[in-house]
Amino acid sequence: MKREILCFDNRPHFRAVSSVVGDKENDGPLSEYFDMYFTDTKIGQLTWEKAETELVRHAIEILFKKSNLRSGDIDIIFSGDLINQCTVSTFGILEQGIPTLGLYGACSTFAEGLLLASSVVNAGYAKRAACVTSSHFCTAERQFRFPIEYGSQKTPTSQSTVTGSGAAIIEAGDVIDEISKVYINNAMIGIPKEMGITDANNMGAAMAPAAADTIIRYFRETNTSAKDYDLVITGDLGYEGHDILKKLLCDSGIYAGENFTDCGIMIYDTKKQDMHAGGSGCGCSATVMSGYFIKQLSQRVLKNILFIGTGALLSPLSVMQGLPIPGIAHLVNIRVD
Amino acid sequence: MNKKDYIKYSKSHAPSSPFHKNFILAFLCGGTICTIGQCFFELYTFIGIEEKNVKMLVSSTLVILSCVMTAIGIYDKIAKHCGAGTLVPITGFANAMMSPVMDYKSEGVITGAAAKMFIIAGPVIVYGVISSMIYGLIYYVSTLNII
Repeated sequence: MKREILCFDNRPHFRAVSSVVGDKENDGPLSEYFDMYFTDTKIGQLTWEKAETELVRHAIEILFKKSNLRSGDIDIIFSGDLINQCTVSTFGILEQGIPTLGLYGACSTFAEGLLLASSVVNAGYAKRAACVTSSHFCTAERQFRFPIEYGSQKTPTSQSTVTGSGAAIIEAGDVIDEISKVYINNAMIGIPKEMGITDANNMGAAMAPAAADTIIRYFRETNTSAKDYDLVITGDLGYEGHDILKKLLCDSGIYAGENFTDCGIMIYDTKKQDMHAGGSGCGCSATVMSGYFIKQLSQRVLKNILFIGTGALLSPLSVMQGLPIPGIAHLVNIRVD
Repeated sequence: MNKKDYIKYSKSHAPSSPFHKNFILAFLCGGTICTIGQCFFELYTFIGIEEKNVKMLVSSTLVILSCVMTAIGIYDKIAKHCGAGTLVPITGFANAMMSPVMDYKSEGVITGAAAKMFIIAGPVIVYGVISSMIYGLIYYVSTLNII
């Protein structure tokens, strides 16, 4: 039988996390947990792409400030975003001079980054690895949808791209503070799933089958069930995908109860802020995880969580050509003793 | 669940847009824009401009107003509620031209703003011209005294 779980016996743990968000995210229910926010969508830059780069740059700077580390202390960084060829995150880490691997996993990129950073640290290829992902409402909107000022109506299933960047440093070895007690126990790489969804405004439905598949495989492999975890956090299916995921799991005999939540649902007050099905984008799960959940773990409010980063692997071209949208979901099990 | 069933399920699960609310708001907003147009028509006629020129002036005024509102970031906020009410009148067409110009000016005035100006409005122009040609042809044929 093939081995699907990546077990990290050397206990790669967090050293520091950082989160930088935009105005709307800061107006949401998690505002007090983020490290920094910007009210100007362009952050004083000429373009939105440069503004997103600034988000990444600040996330990295805060990360170094919190950990008392310098760029020379990081052996490898995994970076990703939504914009063509991952340019904005590359510019954001350019001045650091760290060996870099660029990632694209759409909204699942932060989970993918954590998984890979833990893998290289656990294997001993790196003493410390970092991951950073970002997204910006305006850059995503103009690449995937319409110009920002174009007057269009959104469907109830559409999700709003989060403006934000989240970053984390993973290392192995000495436990020096509360956050370094938070470790990544194991992980599972997602299998792309495509169930014929072609509507780019219903990414929740496109991603839910992949999330269900990863969760079902993980429970089967580890012989555990949902009640063994404090929380099962998907990021970011939104309301629509979250409901569908529950139904798909139920069909497979898994009860998805109160301990199932989603970063896309949590980041906004969807009714008050008129965010339809919730948030999305590489910055959504990155900021919610690094801003909120990792802190909850370090304070031992939570002790054992599953984080399933979900991504809709579409491009403007594939959508226009009528191709279906494959979803992917990577899982990491984060714990504190 | 197979693909066919899943597509069916996801469609039935997705909440539909508030049809009646959208319908009423579109009617009211579209009507308001047309009323504003009519007010300008009356105003320009009142100050003694020829009717032929008044028609052109009314359209131009609405286009300019729409462009200004797009530029200061108001149009999309109104359109979010009004839907077809702001999309169908000439103001919607102006917004569809103006918004890409604003977005793509960062990629240069030629390769950005000018080239991308028609990404939304382009099909309207193309198919508008083609359908008017077809209409013209049918009209021409129907007026021929064949019998």
